[in-house]
Order: sequence, then structure tokens, then C-alpha cells
Amino acid sequence: MVLPLLIYGLINGSILALTALGFSLTYGISRVANFAYGALYVLAGFSAWFFLNRLKLSLFLSLLLSILLIGLIGAALYRIALIRVRGMPTSEIIVTFALGTAALEALRFFGFLGSHYTLPAFYSGALPVFGVPVDYQRLFIVILGAVLFLALWIFTHHTKTGLAMRAIAQDEQAAMMAGIDSDFMATLSVGLGAGLAALAAGILLPLSYIATESGSNILVYAIAVCIVGGLESTTGVLVASLLIGYAQMLSVIYLGPHYQMIVALLAILVTLILRPSGIFGKHKELEERV
Amino acid sequence: MARRKERIDRPVKVLSDDIYALASIRNMLYLAAPRVLPSLLLLLLPLLAPSAYFQRVITLAALYALLALSWDFLERSIGAVSLGQSLFFGVGGYLAGVFNVTLGLSPFWALLLSTGVGAVICTVLLFPCLPLRGIYFAMTTLVYPLLLSRIIEATGLLGGTDGLVGIAPFANAWVEQYLVLGVLLGASFSLSRLLSTDFGVTLSAIGDDDQTVRACGINITLYKISAVAIASAVGAFAGAYFSFLYMFVGLSAFSLELSILPIACAVVGGMRTLIGPVIGAFILVPLAEGARDLGTLRIVFYSLLLAGLILFKPEGLLNYLRRKYQQVERWVEV
Repeated sequence: MVLPLLIYGLINGSILALTALGFSLTYGISRVANFAYGALYVLAGFSAWFFLNRLKLSLFLSLLLSILLIGLIGAALYRIALIRVRGMPTSEIIVTFALGTAALEALRFFGFLGSHYTLPAFYSGALPVFGVPVDYQRLFIVILGAVLFLALWIFTHHTKTGLAMRAIAQDEQAAMMAGIDSDFMATLSVGLGAGLAALAAGILLPLSYIATESGSNILVYAIAVCIVGGLESTTGVLVASLLIGYAQMLSVIYLGPHYQMIVALLAILVTLILRPSGIFGKHKELEERV
Repeated sequence: MARRKERIDRPVKVLSDDIYALASIRNMLYLAAPRVLPSLLLLLLPLLAPSAYFQRVITLAALYALLALSWDFLERSIGAVSLGQSLFFGVGGYLAGVFNVTLGLSPFWALLLSTGVGAVICTVLLFPCLPLRGIYFAMTTLVYPLLLSRIIEATGLLGGTDGLVGIAPFANAWVEQYLVLGVLLGASFSLSRLLSTDFGVTLSAIGDDDQTVRACGINITLYKISAVAIASAVGAFAGAYFSFLYMFVGLSAFSLELSILPIACAVVGGMRTLIGPVIGAFILVPLAEGARDLGTLRIVFYSLLLAGLILFKPEGLLNYLRRKYQQVERWVEV
């Protein structure tokens, strides 16, 4: 009982981390809360399905194209829409929420969502890990999650663009004085966040299928992980996903599968009451706890 | 020759802003007309409606107007953007069902109690995010309706996916139509009035800069709690009323449409005006009812309309009308 819990909790945590990474990255760099995040995830899944089944491209190519496409859509979302209302949080929230809802409901209306819209796994089959059978897709999720975190860490600490992004996140005015283009960085951050959502869709969707509900679920889980971990902290995302991932597995084993969402919300509430800036949101604590 | 458009206040507006409002009948009429005439029109609407169907559309528009009013009040007062108006609506609706079906209270008492109890429940639910600023309120309100509908679905409480049926209807059709219109008029005028009292000014100040208000030694969390309680009472009333209107309450009371349409109404009518959302609701809801055949495609239309208006025409109808009524425009040479 303990070993499956440990292994599947880790897998569930990696799934949550992959879902939340893009949302956290966008908010962390440009302070744009992208409420269209769930819709971008579903759009990515659908476009990958379209490339794969209608245009008969290979799985790898379809996923790559869908990541590029959704990344561009995210960048366009900033360039065309959000740039006009930058700095007005009410308008930013309404615009992203409205556009996300429009995309999801349009897909639902045209019937592009349902159990036969799914993506195939990279390799089928399962491998016993310490005697617990785990299929390759889930193993791959854990490995890819780890690789992605490492890559992002290298990107933000050792490349010029990544350092510029962190500069914008720390002090926008000072970064602009140093010649960093704030709008370009924000475009990049929304685009990168959307691309990460697409990547998550590509690896997570083989476990289920494309549905409107998955759009709202993804957004809720991303929000839960980000609040618990601290809204702009990447380490926070990692720790919070593992925490919520294990808590969800425990609830599934002892209570039933319906309680996953409830666990996520309880995590949000407990965090807001006990430590509003999240586990790793230290330096913002005074500003947030009004 | 370069020209620019200049706007200046009309003389009668300047006079009636002041004690001189009482100096002449004309000044008094200037102030009264934009308040009295639309209210009279609103009260006449059910009589003018050609059929029971249109009367029902008017009642629905009034319910959405209440939800939009509650959204706008939160935004205008403490600057909190709610992405889950259906939380207030659903809590009110289910409470009405419980009070009426399970406890057997009459519609009047059930309506009153679900408004009050609904306000308390919603405020308690939202309390954890109230001491914080920023996007916490939007995120938490987005999560709650989804969560409550999942809980009801998972546990099968309150009728589960079937909902509660057999809720008593209102006593007669006139009560059904005029009660909500009366409450709508009362709520919109009293909330606008509230915002110009000391209490309301403090609320608006919190919306502008909470730290400064806090530095004045004012307990801002207490003020935020009262604002949320007022807004959720208005929303819960609309939800409870809806349950009695359709004699049914189900998971649709937490649907996304109830969260996005009020925002669209507020933006069409003019955000931060309190009366604008009411006007917006009476424009958008009949359109939405006319397009009922389109199913969920309607939500796509409101969402796109909403995003387009926010990006390109954020002013809203009421602000436009107000400008025309209060100011003259003329071209001047620069």
C-alpha cells in the first residue's frame, strides 16, 4: 500500500508541476494572471490531435507544431490584446478570462471535445518499478518534469534572455533603465507560458481525453499549485505540486476519486489563512498580507 | 487650421450640482428626469410586454441585472474582480430550495432567509482571500462554483445531479414580476447612495489604495467583509428568486454563463457606475434569450463582445449618455 502511494504520488505531483509551470512563469515574470491558461491547454491538445489525425504528421512533429502554434497564440494574446490594458488588473483578468471562455465554449459547441479526441502515448506498455507496474507514459512524465525544471533553471540563471526576465520580475523600472524591453519580455513570458501549457497537454493528454472540463480543471490546479507554492516561485511550484500530489493520492485511496478537486481547494484555503504568500513567497509577504 | 474638441459642463448641470438645484423647477427636473423616467419605464415594462414569454424575459433580465449590480459594486467599492458570480447565485438558489422543500417555509420567508444566510455563507467562504490584495479574489471566486458543483455531484447531497424539484411558486404573477423589479430599483439606488456616504468613501479608498487606508488606522478587512456581504446578499437574492421562478434548482445554478454574463452586462452598460450594469442587463439578456437556439455559442458571443469592449471601448453606455447629458461639445481652434 505504501509503495504504490509513494510512486503514484510522485507521478501525480509531476503532473501538477507540469500543469502549473506555465501559469507560474507568466505571472512570475510579467505579473499577468493568464486566466486563458486552461483554454490554451485544451487548444494545444486539439491542435496536436488535428496535426496527427487530419494532416497525418508524426506524433513528435505534431506535438512540436502544437507547442509552437500555442506559443505564438500566447505571444499574440499579449501583443494584440493585453498590451492595451497592461497595468489595469481588472481589465487584464476580464480579457484573459473572456477569451479563454470563448475558445473553450466554441470548441464545445462545434463538438471537438470528447472521448475519441485523445492523443496516443509515446510507448505503450508498463514497467515494474520496485514491483509496482507503471506505464511508460507516466514514467516519462516524471522524467520530463525533472528535465524541464533543470532546463528552466539553466535558462533563467545562465542565459541573457533568462537573466533579463528575472530582472524584469525583480524590478521593472531598474531593468528598463538597463535597456531591457519590458513589453518584449512580457510577450516572451506569455508565449513561453502558453508553450509550456502546450507541452503539458502533449504529455498529459494520453492519460485522459480532451474535454472542456479539463480546461477549467487545469486552470484550477495551476492556481492551487501557484497559491500554495507562492505566486512567483519556481521552487514553490515543485514543492507545492508534490504536496498536493501526495495529498490527492491519499484522498483517492481513502475517500474516493471525486475528492481530488476538493483537496486542491482545501490546500488553497489553508494556505491563504496560514501563510498567504505561499510556502516560498517570502519577499512579497508584507506587500500581500495587507 | 488645427482644431480640437472641447467639452464643458452645461450651465444647468453646474447649477444643479449645488444648493442652486432647489432654485428653479428646471434645475430640479434636470436632476430628477434621468432618475425618475427610467425607473417609471422599468415599472411599466411588465404592463407593456405583449405576452407571458416577454414578461418572463423581463424578470430574467432583472435577475441578471442584480447579479451584474453585485459584480459592479464589488469592483467599484473594494476593487475586487469576481470571476464567480454564480457562487452567490448558486448558494442563494440552493438555500431557497432547502428552506422551501426540506424545511417547508413559505416562499417569502425562504427568500428572505436565503438572502441573509446566503450572504453569511458566501462571506465566510471568501473570507480567507479578503485580507490579501491582487488577483487572489479573482482566483478564489473562480474556483468556488466549480468546487461546490463537484461536491454536490460527488456526494449526491441536495439532490445530486438531479437537483431539488418541487419548490413552491410565487403567490401570483404580479408578485412574481414586481417583487424583483422593486428590489432591483431599491438595490441600485441604495447602493449608489451608500457609496457617497462616509462608509462608501472608505470602501472606494480601499479600492484605490488599501495601504493608505490601513495607515489611517482603519480595519480594512472589516470593510472588505461588509462589501462582500452586501454584494453576496444581492447575488443570493437573485439566485433564490430564480429557484422560485422555475420551481427548481440544479447544478446549472453554478454554471459559467452566470459568471460571465453579469460581467458582460456591466461592461456594456458602463463599469463602476452601478446603474450601467442594470442598463446592460436589459440590453444583453433579451438578446441572449432571442438567441437561445444557439446553445453554448451564445457564451462565445458574450465573451468575445466582452473582450472587444474592454480592449477597444471600455467606456460603456451609461458614461456615454452621461457625458452627452451633462456636457456640451464644441470645436475650438488651437
